[in-house]
Amino acid sequence: MSESWRIADRELGSRLILGTGGFASHDLLTRALRASATELCTVALRRLDPAARGSILDVLEAAGVQVLPNTAGCFTARDAIVTARLAREAFATDWIKLEVIGDDRTLLPDAVELVAAAEALVDDGFVVLPYTTDDPVLARRLEDVGCAAVMPLGSPIGSGMGIRNPYNISIIIERAGVPVILDAGVGTASDAALAMELGCDGVLCASAISRAHDPAAMARAIRLAVESGRLARGAGRIPRRHYAEASTPQDGLPVFGVPGVAE
Amino acid sequence: MIVTINGERRELPSSATVASVVELLDVAPAARGVAVALNGEVVTRSRWSQTELPDGARIEVVAAIQGG
Repeated sequence: MSESWRIADRELGSRLILGTGGFASHDLLTRALRASATELCTVALRRLDPAARGSILDVLEAAGVQVLPNTAGCFTARDAIVTARLAREAFATDWIKLEVIGDDRTLLPDAVELVAAAEALVDDGFVVLPYTTDDPVLARRLEDVGCAAVMPLGSPIGSGMGIRNPYNISIIIERAGVPVILDAGVGTASDAALAMELGCDGVLCASAISRAHDPAAMARAIRLAVESGRLARGAGRIPRRHYAEASTPQDGLPVFGVPGVAE
Repeated sequence: MIVTINGERRELPSSATVASVVELLDVAPAARGVAVALNGEVVTRSRWSQTELPDGARIEVVAAIQGG
């Protein structure tokens, strides 16, 4: 286990936050939870289905993880605010992963509605973790209105396209005074490792694990990648250069001459 | 009176409360991960039984699902 970190007043060991969407069964989710060693999981709210059996909350409680409700599916600040308040009532937590989507094909955040919702929810006492684009200015605006973290996307939700603009993610990290959690786009372990190598404080991962052929194995792979990336970040990578730099010294290299030819 | 519960129009007695709607949906009163909005405002669980529904009320009863 790596050293602990904080979001707002909460201390966490694992730097991997697991999205619970997309798991084909509670059993697969349970095995992925164990393999991921996560301590924080997202859940959503939908109209109550009287035929539904077994609550996701029982699964998460049995696994000993904390719940982070989201506002997935909301397209306006108004809907996101009401959904956050419903989540506070349903889950007895004032933490909210704020999603305000602007387009149903890309599922990209609506910046204007997002900032408005974040500001209102902070004022209402929520600990707001906004899903945002990789725009450093927007990340700054979200921090300025009091968000407890910023969660930039690597690429669109569920796309598995990894981190399309690592330079923007780096700029967000350099300037942020709150934790930066890469959210969306991770397709496999190396994407999560890159996020951590860039200096993200954590990674949120859903589809990459839940829709993998073997979710528990991918959960373990991404858990290790997050730890590896974090270690590598702390270790300090070498600079990139255009030409080679020999790792073996030139001094003391023997000179053999050509056979049969005197010096 | 006519109210809309999770998008479905239903006829309820005029004395109906949020608690009667929750009961109608077969939710145990202590069920976890359930919340109710009445005309876009959250009604906390402690007020379910005393909150009467206005005619034409729009009630959303939501529960936890996997997501995010």
